[in-house]
Amino acid sequence: MARNKIIRIENLTKSFGEKKVLDDVSFDVLEGENLIVFGRSGTGKSVLLKSIVRLLKPDAGAIFFEDENILTMKEKKLLETRKQIGFLFQSGALYDSMSVRDNLAFPLRKLTKLPAEKINDKIEKTLELVDLSEAIDKMPAELSGGMRKRIGLARTIITEPRVILYDEPTTGLDPITSKEISSLILSLQRKLKTTSIVVTHDLICAQIISDRVIFLKEGKLYIEGKLETIKEKDDKFIKNFFSNEILTEAE
Amino acid sequence: MKTPQLIYGKRLTGEEKLYNFFAMLGGITVFIVEYFKYFFIPPYEIEETKKHMADFGMKTLPIVSTMGIIIGFVMALQSYFVLEPLGATDFIPGSLGISILREFAPILTALLFAGRVSSGIGAELGSMRVTEQIDAMEVSGINPFKFLVVPRVTASTLILPLLTVYVIFISVIGGYLATFLQEQMNITYYFNSMISYIDMNDILQGMIKTFFFGFMVGIVGSYKGFTTEGGTVGVGLSTTSAVVTSSLLIIFIDMIMVKLGMM
Ligand SMILES: Nc1ncnc2c1ncn2[C@@H]1O[C@H](COP(=O)(O)OP(=O)(O)OP(=O)(O)O)[C@@H](O)[C@H]1O
Ligand SMILES: [Mg+2]
Repeated sequence: MARNKIIRIENLTKSFGEKKVLDDVSFDVLEGENLIVFGRSGTGKSVLLKSIVRLLKPDAGAIFFEDENILTMKEKKLLETRKQIGFLFQSGALYDSMSVRDNLAFPLRKLTKLPAEKINDKIEKTLELVDLSEAIDKMPAELSGGMRKRIGLARTIITEPRVILYDEPTTGLDPITSKEISSLILSLQRKLKTTSIVVTHDLICAQIISDRVIFLKEGKLYIEGKLETIKEKDDKFIKNFFSNEILTEAE
Repeated sequence: MKTPQLIYGKRLTGEEKLYNFFAMLGGITVFIVEYFKYFFIPPYEIEETKKHMADFGMKTLPIVSTMGIIIGFVMALQSYFVLEPLGATDFIPGSLGISILREFAPILTALLFAGRVSSGIGAELGSMRVTEQIDAMEVSGINPFKFLVVPRVTASTLILPLLTVYVIFISVIGGYLATFLQEQMNITYYFNSMISYIDMNDILQGMIKTFFFGFMVGIVGSYKGFTTEGGTVGVGLSTTSAVVTSSLLIIFIDMIMVKLGMM
């Protein structure tokens, strides 16, 4: 199956002060695939995701979205590109001052010319997808952590982006909710044909959604491949990573 | 947009403080330029601007009302004690009117406004920054500067002059209360006498600067909020620092405007 490379990351390097967080990282993302990014805390996974949407400017390297370099493109082109890339923040990053309805309506009102009733339909449909129709008139402060994640997810998918970046979509949730969210991500991806990059520590989540996995270690790309093959690798770091994961999962 | 990185939560050397001071001035200048750049680009966010105007006005109204009436009262009383022995109480309304118009109402309203509004903007945008709400807006393809900063700055620029006009009336009434208690001065006499002393220049001098004050309160609050770092601690620091910086700028601008007005 020869699929398009929708995102190409080349020789990405980023330091904060003395600390090299990303060190010459290169990999491709194929159209329609679910790519999992593993790595220990502080290895620069969030920095990587933020670089892809240019929230952070890397020191060197290039990030191509369909052959256009995101890091050097003009402001206007960047806005267009950002509209095609959804970003789910770890915290959900819901707009505190707006109700759930307005949180979802906001990008549609700002970015599309849809009439109010169409926007409302869309909001209701999307909330059904994430199974939270009853929360429509709640304020973010009234939601639990898992609900915030699902509303964040709804807000991310409502504009129908082609690529979605997930920063730890299941961290901090109980195992059942986190399985639910993982399945939700998978079914959304099937339904909407999106490409996803998912940063996670959660092995269960990875098992549910991954097509391919990459590992970051000390800012470098350590290994890449299918989850099943990597798990069998006779490598101390990998073994350690997964055994820890399984232990914490079993707790 | 590039914003200088400020280092919080650690003791800074004098050199670093000086560096940060100039970084801040640079950052504020960039904010002013960006404001005018985005102000003219549609959509104009009129609803947001109105909402913030109402919010800033309501937030400040109680405190400026209290302050206005008391300042007017006290100033009239003070002039009475000075002018009465000279038999010059007729001058009270005129001198009172001029000092209220030219200096007291604009500057005191602006300082109280800074205390309420600059800190409010700093806190609100600061928490949006540390909880990644601003990042979320930015990555969804919406310009957060245009949506969050521009309406707030426009609102504070427009509402402060209105508040000042209101405070002028309130303190003139406060002044009348004091003169009435001391002198039983007739109210028509009080107002006529005051108006005969005031000229257009006093009104202009007093009012023009309030637009600058309002603008700076909005800009400084937004700048401090937008550049917040370091979680909730950072939000607290931005809030206080927004008040301090905008109050100092108000006094500084006032000094320059008075100096310019005298030339
Ligand atoms: N804005 C920043 N300023 C300075 N240092 C930063 C900044 N953002 C990240 N870092 C540093 O970069 C390193 C990588 O951070 P990052 O958030 O990418 O880690 P991560 O892999 O996402 O970890 P986690 O799994 O805990 O979320 C950390 O050492 C962090 O201190
Ligand atoms: Mg992270």
